[in-house]
Amino acid sequence: MKVTVKLFASLRKDRFAVDDFDYQEGAKVGHILASLNIPEEAAAIIFINGRHGEPDSPLKDGDLLAIFPPVGGG
Amino acid sequence: MESLNKYLLARAENGLINLSVQMRAVQNFGFPFSAIEDAILELDLLPARYQRNQRSLSCGQQLSLFRSKVAVIGCGGLGGYIVEELARVGVGNITVVDPDTFEEHNLNRQLFSKLDNLGQPKVAVAADRILEINPAVTIVPVHDAFTGRNGSAFIEKVDVVADALDSIHRRLELAEVCEKCGIPLVHGSVGGWYGQVTTQFPGEYTLQKIYSRHDDERGIEKDLGNLSFVVPIIASIEVAEIVKILLGEGSTLRGKMLSLNFLDVEFTEITF
Repeated sequence: MKVTVKLFASLRKDRFAVDDFDYQEGAKVGHILASLNIPEEAAAIIFINGRHGEPDSPLKDGDLLAIFPPVGGG
Repeated sequence: MESLNKYLLARAENGLINLSVQMRAVQNFGFPFSAIEDAILELDLLPARYQRNQRSLSCGQQLSLFRSKVAVIGCGGLGGYIVEELARVGVGNITVVDPDTFEEHNLNRQLFSKLDNLGQPKVAVAADRILEINPAVTIVPVHDAFTGRNGSAFIEKVDVVADALDSIHRRLELAEVCEKCGIPLVHGSVGGWYGQVTTQFPGEYTLQKIYSRHDDERGIEKDLGNLSFVVPIIASIEVAEIVKILLGEGSTLRGKMLSLNFLDVEFTEITF
């Protein structure tokens, strides 16, 4: 299945801003994070098609996955 | 008060009261600067310092801001700019809470830090600075760390709280205290070329969603640090949110988060 992954802020460094990937049917967000070498704690905010998701959220063909890192400085 | 009002009305020029008149009124009537400011605004006149606010803010709105109370939690990068902008726009009561003293590594971005105040408490420096800019503002410096235990005492009487902290744990404690006290919270945070802002009212829990799976005290700023030009933009968006909440004007970032990426000039709004 095809999933579009959009990375935000510093997650783009040495990766990409937006790209399409083929994953096995039933893949979860956690699989995609692992395949992109993004530790779960570095994916503070996960949105699937504009709705809040979690690492164990399943994905389906055509989904847009957006991932934001934690920003905590003042 | 009647003679003060007569005094002010006789000296108004095009609806404005100059600083010199305001200062003479303080001397002649023995009232504090803040009381004279309140009397001016109550008469639908405007202290001349606010004349460039005039087309965007009415006298009545200026009076609302002057009678508002805002707590700024953290007086580092974000907090310094937030306090400064609140005082300049005319918010009359500002509590600022921070346990730290200025250090050399603050000089790259923290507005109030300079060579000759390194080692001094940030909140004391902030209070002196605000007195120099706008003596009508009542600033309450609290040289202490905000925690879930002591925090409600600092914010219970304010209208809005500004998050200018540098710890995710403390932010979540702040969100909890604001929830308990029923006070809106404007959140901002920065790291490297990036920043984010949201506004949450009691019952919305946006901040808790933003940091729901993050156990570390710090985020990307741990590796990326903080840049001089990112901090004031995020602080300014927070102040815009605060002013809109205080005046009940415009649209805010309630239930949304604005994520700003200055490296790629990409601003993204997500809805929770």
